[in-house]
Amino acid sequence: MAYAQYCLICDGTACNSSQSERIYEQIMKYVYDHDLEKTCQVVKTGCFGFCEQGPIVKVLPDEAFYVQVKPEDAADIVREHLLKGRPVSRLIYREKDADSLGAVDKISFYRKQVRVVLRNCGFIDPESIEEYIAREGYQGLEKALFDMTRDEVLAEVEKSGLRGRGGGGFPTGRKWRFSKEVEADQKYVVCNADEGDPGAYMDRSILEGDPHSIIEAMAICGYTVGADRGYVYVRAEYPLAIRRLEKALEQAREYGLLGANILGSDFSFDIEIRLGAGAFVCGEETALLMSIEGERGMPVQRPPYPAVKGLWGKPTVINNVETLGNIPVIITRGGDWFAGLGTETSKGTKVFALTGNVNNSGLIEVPMGITLRDIVFNIGGGIPDGKAFKAVQSGGPSGGMIPAEHLDTPIDYESLAALGSIMGSGGLIVMDEDDSMVDVAKFYLGFTVEESCGKCVPCRVGGRQIEKLLEKFADGEGTPEDLDKMEAIGKTMISGSLCGLGKTAPNPVLSSIKYFRHEYEAAFKKDVAETA
Amino acid sequence: MAVAVPERVELAESLVEFINEWKDQPGNLIMVLHRTQLEYGYLPEPVVMEVARQLGTPASKLFGVATFYNYFKLTPPGRNRIAVCLGTACYLKGAGELTDTFSDQLDVAVNGVTEDKEFSLEGVRCVGCCGLAPVVMVNGEVHGKLKPDGVQGVIEKYRNGQGE
Repeated sequence: MAYAQYCLICDGTACNSSQSERIYEQIMKYVYDHDLEKTCQVVKTGCFGFCEQGPIVKVLPDEAFYVQVKPEDAADIVREHLLKGRPVSRLIYREKDADSLGAVDKISFYRKQVRVVLRNCGFIDPESIEEYIAREGYQGLEKALFDMTRDEVLAEVEKSGLRGRGGGGFPTGRKWRFSKEVEADQKYVVCNADEGDPGAYMDRSILEGDPHSIIEAMAICGYTVGADRGYVYVRAEYPLAIRRLEKALEQAREYGLLGANILGSDFSFDIEIRLGAGAFVCGEETALLMSIEGERGMPVQRPPYPAVKGLWGKPTVINNVETLGNIPVIITRGGDWFAGLGTETSKGTKVFALTGNVNNSGLIEVPMGITLRDIVFNIGGGIPDGKAFKAVQSGGPSGGMIPAEHLDTPIDYESLAALGSIMGSGGLIVMDEDDSMVDVAKFYLGFTVEESCGKCVPCRVGGRQIEKLLEKFADGEGTPEDLDKMEAIGKTMISGSLCGLGKTAPNPVLSSIKYFRHEYEAAFKKDVAETA
Repeated sequence: MAVAVPERVELAESLVEFINEWKDQPGNLIMVLHRTQLEYGYLPEPVVMEVARQLGTPASKLFGVATFYNYFKLTPPGRNRIAVCLGTACYLKGAGELTDTFSDQLDVAVNGVTEDKEFSLEGVRCVGCCGLAPVVMVNGEVHGKLKPDGVQGVIEKYRNGQGE
């Protein structure tokens, strides 16, 4: 069933909160008024990524990219463009006075992007399993079940070089292997969708824009490791993502893609949703499992790792949403294809939420190895109001600040770690000359102090002590000894904390001292500053 | 010394159904607390006691879990819930100033409720509309790119039940 025209309306959370629903209703109304419903398909899709310019409406095959659309623009879009074939030029996105009509790929925001995980976001109706299937959906699962042994699937994932996208960067294939090789009467697959990093919303966008890709990936993982139950642990603060995921689960069951004997094979698998409740530490895998078990989400000592001893003591593979989003493509196109993208140690692409003081904020997917300069200045369009770039912060409260002199670093897990930051889940916050690094460090540390579960001393006490010292600097009362103390406490937290939260919490402070020491020195107490 | 016996309350029928459905499932506690909060807007103490009784779980355990997670509230919110996003992008673009403006204009502290119970004000974790920063949600409705001078308009929109 092909239509002559397609009208795609972004219905991600950002556009949805700017009346995309109302735009859809209005466009539908005019489409029916002019009897266009048989030739033009109107679709509400997941996030297009270019959130800065939302709400966005795209008309195909003309590739008209309409931005900042209002409900009252619906009449023109339908009567002029859909009916008479005359694109509405006042709504078309323009870049440096160049019209983007017919060339969405040429827009600098999109030109350097490579969409693997976001392959369907913004192209299909996430509430339609048919549209997912029409774009090779569930072919990976079918291929795994009927053309491949469990070992072959595992080999493909290992060959791809895929590493965890939630922050840690652990090789996904190796995690699966640990779990597969354990003998157990029950195993689990868990999708970590507890996206707590402030300023990161890639997982939510994937769940909202392409929920079936996660279901398919979890089933493939279940087949490979020998699990028949899966859980998606998702933030309660993401109502739209939860609703779309619930709908997708129902559809998958109706189609026999979940449940007993999937597609007539002897493999059975089903998935349940479990809601988070606003605790950042639950993104840590052992804390997450405690939370699924209905307990206070406090981390426990590893090893044993969850892949061996996890949920209710059973082997459990925990993968983040974005990690899973890669799996169906790795199976259909092969591990070698995937490994052809990216760098030596970091394969594939990474989705980033590019925000802060940057012209084009939004959700982007780029090949590993791209430079920060490319991201901030080409995709992001630089800094607003002609201000100077100061730093980009990656990895959220667990990451560090990266200054201008390292803008040409190719991004991968190792290079970011070498700079004192981490890949993290994919938040990239751009800061300009007016942003105070002391203030931003204090913001992040305040966050982790509040979110520390309090179980281990280095994190609970250390965080609070650094925060107190940072307050002195915020008040212009710091001393050189305070700087040394913060570094010493930070190092203790890194080596002594029980889980990832405490081990990484000092990163924003330590990296800002490393690269922006002068800003701390400028906040020394007056008599100290004079003698220095 | 007399010991106060907590008042027994009758739970909403749909909540009782939910509890029965989940009662024997492992790890049900957080799901039941979510459903309870959905019903009452927060977790009133006598309700939690009754839920605990029906689940056959000690109430201390329920309170232990409820107080660990930010999402669960043990005190009632205002009739209109103002939530200022405290994500990084919003912070950089002035969420702090927005919070102060709401606080001043409504004469309410952060995490407090106005005297007439019309509004409560809280800072919340990233709501993920970073492209619209700074973001304020009122009763789940998003107001993006809000400036301090737009605060009055937002308040007026919801005052006296207009924003239903």
